[in-house]
Amino acid sequence: MRQNFGLRMFMGVLLALGVTVTAQAQQTIKIAYTDPLSGPFAQVGDANLKQMNYIIDHMNAKGGALGKKFELVPFDNKSNPADALIALKSATDQNMPFIMQCSGSNIAAALIEAINKHNDRNPDNRIIYLNCGAVATELTNEQCSFWHFRFDLHVGMKAEVMSRAIPKDVTKVYMINQDYLFGQSVQRDVKAFLAKNRPDVTVVGDELIPLGKIKDFSPYITKIKASGAQALVTGNWGPDMNLLIKAGIDAGADLRYFTFYAHLAGGATAIGAGGEGKVLSVMSFGENIAPEIGNKEAEAFTNGFRQLHKFDFAAATFRTIFEYLQSAINKAGSVDPTKIAFAMEGLSQKDFLGYDSTMRKDDHQIISAYYVGLFKKGVKYDAEGTGLGWATTATIQSKDVNQPSTCKMKRPSA
Amino acid sequence: MEVFIVSLLNGLVYGMLLFMLASGLTLILSMMGVLNFAHASAYMLGAYFAYTISLYVGFWPALIIAPILCGLVGAAIEMWGLRRVHRNGHIAELLFTFGLALIIEKGVQMGWGLLPVPYRVPALLDFPLFSIYGTNFPAYRAFMLLISGMMFGSIWLGLTRTRIGLVIQAALTHPEMVGALGHNVPRIFTLVFAAGTALAGLAGVIGGNYQVTEPAMAFTMGPIVFVVVVFGGLGSLTGCFIASILMGLIQTFAVVFDVSLADLLAKFGFIVTSQTPLAEVLTVTLPRIGALLPFLMMVLILVFRPRGLMGTRDT
Amino acid sequence: MSFVRRNWLWLLAAIILLAVPFLFYDWTKGRHSGFALTLLSEIGVMAIFALSFNMLMGQAGLLSFGHAVLFGLGSYCTAHAINAVKAGTFWMPIELVPLVGGLGGLVFGYLLGWLATKQRATAFAMITMGLGELVSAAALMFMAFFGGEGGISIDRVMGTSLFGISYATPWQVYCLVLIWAFIAASLMKLQTETPLGRIANATRDNFERAQFVGYDPRIVRLLQFTLSGFFAGIAGGLYVMIYEIVTFDTLGAAKSANALLAAYIGGAGGFFGPILGTIVVVLLQSGVSLISSAWLLYVGVLFIVMVMFAPVGLIGLIGMHTPIRRIGRLGELVVPYLRAFPAALSVMLGFVLMVELASNITIGAAQGKKFAIAGTLIDTGSPVIWGIGLLGLIGGAFWLRIEARRFRLRWDALIEDAKRQGVVV
Repeated sequence: MRQNFGLRMFMGVLLALGVTVTAQAQQTIKIAYTDPLSGPFAQVGDANLKQMNYIIDHMNAKGGALGKKFELVPFDNKSNPADALIALKSATDQNMPFIMQCSGSNIAAALIEAINKHNDRNPDNRIIYLNCGAVATELTNEQCSFWHFRFDLHVGMKAEVMSRAIPKDVTKVYMINQDYLFGQSVQRDVKAFLAKNRPDVTVVGDELIPLGKIKDFSPYITKIKASGAQALVTGNWGPDMNLLIKAGIDAGADLRYFTFYAHLAGGATAIGAGGEGKVLSVMSFGENIAPEIGNKEAEAFTNGFRQLHKFDFAAATFRTIFEYLQSAINKAGSVDPTKIAFAMEGLSQKDFLGYDSTMRKDDHQIISAYYVGLFKKGVKYDAEGTGLGWATTATIQSKDVNQPSTCKMKRPSA
Repeated sequence: MEVFIVSLLNGLVYGMLLFMLASGLTLILSMMGVLNFAHASAYMLGAYFAYTISLYVGFWPALIIAPILCGLVGAAIEMWGLRRVHRNGHIAELLFTFGLALIIEKGVQMGWGLLPVPYRVPALLDFPLFSIYGTNFPAYRAFMLLISGMMFGSIWLGLTRTRIGLVIQAALTHPEMVGALGHNVPRIFTLVFAAGTALAGLAGVIGGNYQVTEPAMAFTMGPIVFVVVVFGGLGSLTGCFIASILMGLIQTFAVVFDVSLADLLAKFGFIVTSQTPLAEVLTVTLPRIGALLPFLMMVLILVFRPRGLMGTRDT
Repeated sequence: MSFVRRNWLWLLAAIILLAVPFLFYDWTKGRHSGFALTLLSEIGVMAIFALSFNMLMGQAGLLSFGHAVLFGLGSYCTAHAINAVKAGTFWMPIELVPLVGGLGGLVFGYLLGWLATKQRATAFAMITMGLGELVSAAALMFMAFFGGEGGISIDRVMGTSLFGISYATPWQVYCLVLIWAFIAASLMKLQTETPLGRIANATRDNFERAQFVGYDPRIVRLLQFTLSGFFAGIAGGLYVMIYEIVTFDTLGAAKSANALLAAYIGGAGGFFGPILGTIVVVLLQSGVSLISSAWLLYVGVLFIVMVMFAPVGLIGLIGMHTPIRRIGRLGELVVPYLRAFPAALSVMLGFVLMVELASNITIGAAQGKKFAIAGTLIDTGSPVIWGIGLLGLIGGAFWLRIEARRFRLRWDALIEDAKRQGVVV
C-alpha cells in the first residue's frame, strides 16, 4: 500500500520534472540525440555527448545558425530500436527538426524507415536524420532516403581505406569479424578491395565469431599463427576487439592488428603498452593529425576538449555535422527540414583540418578524408593517458573513397 | 600437434577461470537454491576492488583483500536482504539478486567511470613463462591455473574434511534436522553466500586483468556461469569442475575444426549449393557457433538428464 | 444490463484507455501526441506479453527466461506475412494480421515447448534461457529469415482494411492495439477457467498429485506453453504494427526479463497483476529513462523493495484491502494512509535526490547536463543540497517507521474485526 502510493507519486514527480524540462522556449534549434546512455553500453553515448556539447558550445560561440543557438536534447535508447522510435516520436511531438544517432545500424535502419513514413504522412511536421556513425553500406544504397544524411564513411569505403593502408611488406592477412551484418560486410568488402587494390595480398583465413560471446581469444591466435599470417584485419569493436588484441599480445604473436575501432574510447586502455607499433586503426580523425600538418587552430580546438574533460577528442565527424548544419540552415534561410535537406545535399566545404568534403547528392553520403593511425610511443597527444597514441601513417583523400552508389533517391515534390 | 597442445593449454586456462566463477555459484545454488544473478556482479566488484587496492598497495595484498571485501559485501547482502526474501520463494530471491545486479552496475559506473580501467597484470608475472612452437605461454596464465587449482583443492577439503563443511553438506539436504541438532542454519547460509561471493571476487581479481575490467564485464559473463553450474549438476563440486574444463576445451577446440554440416553431407555425396533449402544453416562452420555450444549442450543435457553431469538431484 | 454489471471493470478500463490520449492532445496544432500514443500502445503490447508470460509463471508455476523468443518469432512471422500481402502473394485484412503472429507463436511455442516442458522448475528455466540465447544469436547470423542487423521492416498502410481504415496515424494503431489487447486479455481470462487452466494450477501446486489423478503434467505444461506462445505471438504481431520494424532485440533476454518483472511487480497471483506491472515497468523504462540515466538503479531498488516488502505484488496489495472493504471500514484507513504518505514521499524524494546528485557529479555534469529542480539550477557540489537529501532520506525513514507502526496497529485491528464478522481473509 505504501509502496503503491509511493510509486505513483514517484512517477508523478519525475514526469512533472520531465515536463518542466521539455516546456522550455523554442528559441533554439533543437537536435534530438539518441544512443545508449544507461546500462552496459552507456560509455558510447557518454563519450559522444561530451564531445557534441563541446562542439555545440564552440558553434554557438560563433553565432549558431540564423542567429539561433543549437541545443542537444539527449534521449536514452538503451541500444533498442523500439526505444529509439519512441524518442523519435517525442522529438516530432516537440517539432524538433533533427534527430541524431551514432551507434548501431539496426537502430539506424529502424529510424530511416520510420522517418520516411512519418515525413510522408505528416508533411507539416518533418524531421531530418543525421547519422553520425551507423555504417552499414545499404543505408545509403538500397535503403537510402532523402531524409537521411550520413556523416561517416560506410563499411565499403572504410574497407577500401583499410586495403590501401596495409603496408607493402604484408602479403598474408587473416580476418576475424563479428557474425552480424556489420562484421559480414567488413569481411566481404575488405576481401573485394584487397583483390582490387592489393592483388599481392592473400587472405590466408577468415573467421566469423558470435557477437560478444567469446571470452578467450587464445585459440584464434593459435589458429592465426598456424596459418602464417602477418597481419590480422578485424572490424570487431568493444570487448570482442579488446580481448582479441590482448590475447594476441599475451601470446607474443608476431602479428600486426588492422582494426576499425581500436582508436575509440576504451581501446587504448584495454590494449596497453604491449600493443606498441602493432595496432593500426582506420579512423575519421586523430588528435595528432593537426600538429602533424601544422594546423594550429585545429590543434587548439582539440586540446581545449582535453583540458576540459581530461580525455581524448576523437569526433571531428561531429564538428563536420554541425558545420554542415550551420551552412545548410543559413542557406535555406529557415529551420524548415525540407528546405534544409535540399540545401544540405551536394554541399561541399573544407573540414576543420582543411581537407575537402562533400555531402554527395546522389545518396546523402559524406565523402571526406580518412586516416590511418598507428598506436605508438612518442606522439604529442597520447590516448587515455597510456603514454601511447595514434600517429597518422596515411591520409586518404576524399576523392579516393568516392565509391559509386546504387541509391535511387526519392525526393519530395515540395 | 602444435595446434592441439597450445589449444589444450588455452582451453584449460579458460576452463579454470570459468571454474573459479562457477564454484561460488554452485555452492550458492546448490545449498540455498538461489539463482544468483548478482554473482557475475561480484566478479566485477572483485576486479574493481583489486584495481583500486593495487593502485595503493600493489597486486599481492589486493589478491587477499579484494575477495575478503567481496565476501563481506556478500555476507551483508545475505543477512539484511536475502534472508528476509527467502520466505517469499525462489522467484523473489532471483529478482532480488537481479535488482542488486542493476544497482551494482550503476554503482560501478558512478564510482569508477564508464570506460575500462587500466587494471594490469603485475610486473612480477608479466613475462612469457615458456614458449611452445613459437607461441608464448604467459606466466600469468600459469599463475591463474595455480590459484584455481588451489581453490578447487581447498574447497573440496573444506567441504569433506572439516566439521563446518560436513554441517554445510547436511544443511544442504536437511536444514530442519541440522537446526534441530543445535546448529545455526541461517548463519551457515550467510557463511555459504559470503564464501560464494568471495570466490567470485577472487575470480574477478584474477580475471579482471587477464580480460578487461569494465562496467559491462558482469553483463557479458553472466549467462555462461549458469550454464556451467547447471551442466555440472547441482550439489557437485566435481561436476562443476569437470563441466568448466569441458566448456573451456570445447570452445577452444571448436575454433580449430573448420567444418560445417554441408561438409558432412558432402561425405555422403550430397552437395550443398546456395539453392539448397536451409543452405544458410547448413554452411555454418563450427568456429562460428563455438561460443554457442555450451548453451546447446546445456539444453540437451537438461532435456535428457535434468540432474546434469554429476548432480546429486534434479535441477 | 447484466452484461454491463458483470463486466463494468472492463468497460470502465476501455473508456479510460480511449480517453487518456486526449490528455496529451495538442489542441493548438490539432494532433495527438505521438509519444504518448506510442507509449500507450507499447503498454498494450507489453501487457498482452506479460499476461501470456503469467500463463506460465502464475498459472503453471513455470519460470521462463526465454519468453521473448515466442514474442519475437511471432513478430518476424507477422512482418513476413505483411510483406507478402503487400507484394500480392495473398490477401488478408490488416486487422487480422496479429493472428499470423499468434499462429507463429503457437507453432514455435509447440516446437520449443516440446523441449523445454520435458522439465519443470529450475531445469525448465535454464532450458528456456539456453534456447533464448541460441535463438537470439541465430537471429544475427541468418539473414534470410531475420534480415540481419537491420531486421525486417514493413509498411502497415496496406490498404486491405475491413473497415476502410488506413492505419497511417498512431491513433488508429492504438485503437487496433486496444481491441486486440481486450480480445487477448479476455481469452486468457477465460482460459484460466477452462479445465486446462485449472489443471495447470494443480500441476503448479503439486505435480505429483496431479499425476496421480491421471493427468500427464508434461502434456499440461506443453499445452499451456503452446497457448502462451500464441498470445505472446499476438503481442509480437502488434509490436510490428506499432513500430513497422522487427529486429533481433525483440527476441533477447532483456525483453524476457521485462515480462518477468512486470508479472512480479504487478503480482503473479491475480489475473490483472501483470497489467499493472506492465504500466509501471514501461513508464520506468521509457518515461523515467528520458529524465534520468540512473533509471536502471531505480528499477533495481524498486525490485528489492517489492520482493522484500510486497512479494504479493501491486494486485496483491490491493487485494489485501478486500476484507476491510467487505466490512465497510475502508474509510478508516484514509487517515493513516494520509499520515504515512508524506513520510514515504520524503524518503523517496531524499533517495532520488541523493542518487541524482551522485549521478550528476560522476557522470552527468561532464555530459553537459544541468541539475535543475523546477527550473532552478542547483549547485551539485554544495553541502546544503546533499544535507537536504540525506535529511529527507534518514529523517523520513524514522518518520515512516513511526507511521508504519501506527498504520500496522490500525490495520491489524481492522483485519481482526473482519475475521470476527466472518469475512474470509
